[in-house]
Amino acid sequence: MSSGVSNPKGNSEIIRLTDAWKIYKMGRQEVKALAGVNASFAPGSFWAIMGPSGSGKSTMMNILGCLDRLTKGHYFFDGQDISTFSDDELSDLRLRRIGFIFQSFNLIPQLTVQKNIELPLYYLGWDARRSSERAQYLAEQVGLAERLNHRPTELSGGQMQRVAIARALANDPQIIFADEPTGNLDTKTGLQILDLLQKLNENGKTIIMVTHEPDIAAFAQYQMHMRDGQIERIDGGIG
Amino acid sequence: MRQTRLIRNIALGVENLLLHKLRSFLTMLGIVFGVGSVVAMLSVGEGASKEALEQIRKLGSNNIIISSVKAVEDESMTNTRIFMSVYGLTYEDYRRISESFKNVQKTAPAKIIRKESRLGERSLELRVVGTTPSWFELVPRDIIAGRVLTNADVEKQAPVAVLTEYGARRLLAAEHTIGQTLRIGGDSFLIVGIVRSESGQAGNIQIPDQEVDAYIPIEVARRYFGDIQTRVAAGTREREKVELHQVILQIDSSEHVEPTAAAIEQMLKRFHKKKDYTISVPLALLKQAEATKRRFNIVLGSIAGISLLVGGIGIMNIMLASVTERTREIGIRRAIGAKRRQIIFQFLIETVVLSTTGGIIGLGVGIFIPFVITMVSGMATVLTLWGILLPLLISMLIGILFGLYPAIHAAQVDPIIALRHE
Ligand SMILES: Nc1ncnc2c1ncn2[C@@H]1O[C@H](COP(=O)(O)OP(=O)(O)OP(=O)(O)O)[C@@H](O)[C@H]1O
Ligand SMILES: [Mg+2]
Repeated sequence: MSSGVSNPKGNSEIIRLTDAWKIYKMGRQEVKALAGVNASFAPGSFWAIMGPSGSGKSTMMNILGCLDRLTKGHYFFDGQDISTFSDDELSDLRLRRIGFIFQSFNLIPQLTVQKNIELPLYYLGWDARRSSERAQYLAEQVGLAERLNHRPTELSGGQMQRVAIARALANDPQIIFADEPTGNLDTKTGLQILDLLQKLNENGKTIIMVTHEPDIAAFAQYQMHMRDGQIERIDGGIG
Repeated sequence: MRQTRLIRNIALGVENLLLHKLRSFLTMLGIVFGVGSVVAMLSVGEGASKEALEQIRKLGSNNIIISSVKAVEDESMTNTRIFMSVYGLTYEDYRRISESFKNVQKTAPAKIIRKESRLGERSLELRVVGTTPSWFELVPRDIIAGRVLTNADVEKQAPVAVLTEYGARRLLAAEHTIGQTLRIGGDSFLIVGIVRSESGQAGNIQIPDQEVDAYIPIEVARRYFGDIQTRVAAGTREREKVELHQVILQIDSSEHVEPTAAAIEQMLKRFHKKKDYTISVPLALLKQAEATKRRFNIVLGSIAGISLLVGGIGIMNIMLASVTERTREIGIRRAIGAKRRQIIFQFLIETVVLSTTGGIIGLGVGIFIPFVITMVSGMATVLTLWGILLPLLISMLIGILFGLYPAIHAAQVDPIIALRHE
């Protein structure tokens, strides 16, 4: 068991995993997607999680993103043990403090760009006018102010990912999780997206990203290498 | 704030349904026809029963009506040879009924004679009804001109007549006719009043209040025309002796109506060898009509229930398909932070919007059909407020009931699996 505990900014940490296990039972067989992981992430850090296919990267993201629960072990989010949280409490945590960016963008096709960006605000209970203003502001930030009334299907991959980033930022989250955000993009577009993420990180957002590509991982402050559900090693750290 | 949010949610639901216009429309169809047929049937049924109940009420719900009828065995004999049939209620029956039942408040006899009548140049066969002033209390109607029969007319055995509106019109009688002479058969009568025609008729009961009636004091009728009438029908002369054709009684309260009717029947049985009378109780008819209506409503309700059930299942089916189709959307919403109940609410609103819209369209169809029926057949149809609100309420409930399962199903979607879903 490797114990890649890193704590780059003294005692402050936003996420801590202690002896975290995620075990999938497939009939009689058990798949240990996470096998006793210990990890700590500081606020404002930028992480790239790497590793071969099936090593547990997505599982790690789902756990950290509060979309899934550990089979065993503890997950502290900002000091709170969320292993005990109810489904509603987890939803609320995601709603208020977490933003997601996915490889396949995951925009809702029947909604316009504006409505997609407004989605978290809708669940936060913002009124229509304020939401609309914020959506416009965010679209400007990602360079899509002219596309607000388009449907996602009318956009290029890079544009869709920008919309997804704008949406992830709508609730002003502390952490952004990105599972292979450049996986469906060409190199140039991918680098543009990474530029955007880096800016966000410079403005104080914690970013945890899964990627296969070393070029992309190089943008991050830390590179966490996984293998067989465990952390093999962590590179970087000289911010 | 909460309200605008609900409106926003409904608007979102409508938007989603409009994405698949044809599908949404087809899904609604079950509810449209369900609600449409319920509303239409209710209004037709309500119209028919209201007409029937109205007719019965006109007969007076506290009244008992006894009519003379030719007994069955008499009927066959008259056809073969000249014969005088004697049947029906007698003056003696009338006296006994009036005097020996304490719950009988008012009585009115009727002796009916068909006679050719003349007023000036015009002639017409009238139904001449010999009766007493209380007739006009038991079968109340408006006086158009003049007056009705009085006790003085009875005492003096005055040859006076009260005409009904339509008969009067056909004889060209009008207000100025009051005081003129009407010839009934060979006798002269003074026209003293005209009353409104109103036929009270229900089931087999009929009150002699037809369009062409003339009312005269009963003693006068008896003295002038006697008890024997001759009819010429199909070559044979038919003679019959009937003292009274009808007796109408008013009972003091509704709970005494049926026992009194039974007691009178018992009494009549003792004095009549044949059953040459019928006793009709409008109240019993009323109860019967109401029971029929209730039964009708139950049948209607079951049919409506089944058609709405089918409509609801159709909606549920489509919503389940929609949930599967939108698994990814659900996953996205959940990942962003939507709670389970918010997902439930979203799908529930869509279903309710769908079913309620179907209900509203169905209501339109259901109002249109009776309208056409009334236009074409002249049948009365009645739209009650309940007939409108109930189907709407039910279609809304159907949306909730049949939307709940797909919505809960949607909320159970695991966001991780949903997000991988292609
Ligand atoms: N829902 C599941 N049920 C069963 N096994 C699962 C499930 N999800 C993941 N696994 C297993 O857990 C292990 C880790 O999977 P995970 O998706 O985290 O890998 P990954 O590192 O993201 O791979 P990739 O680079 O291909 O995306 C794999 O062996 C996978 O088969
Ligand atoms: Mg993966």
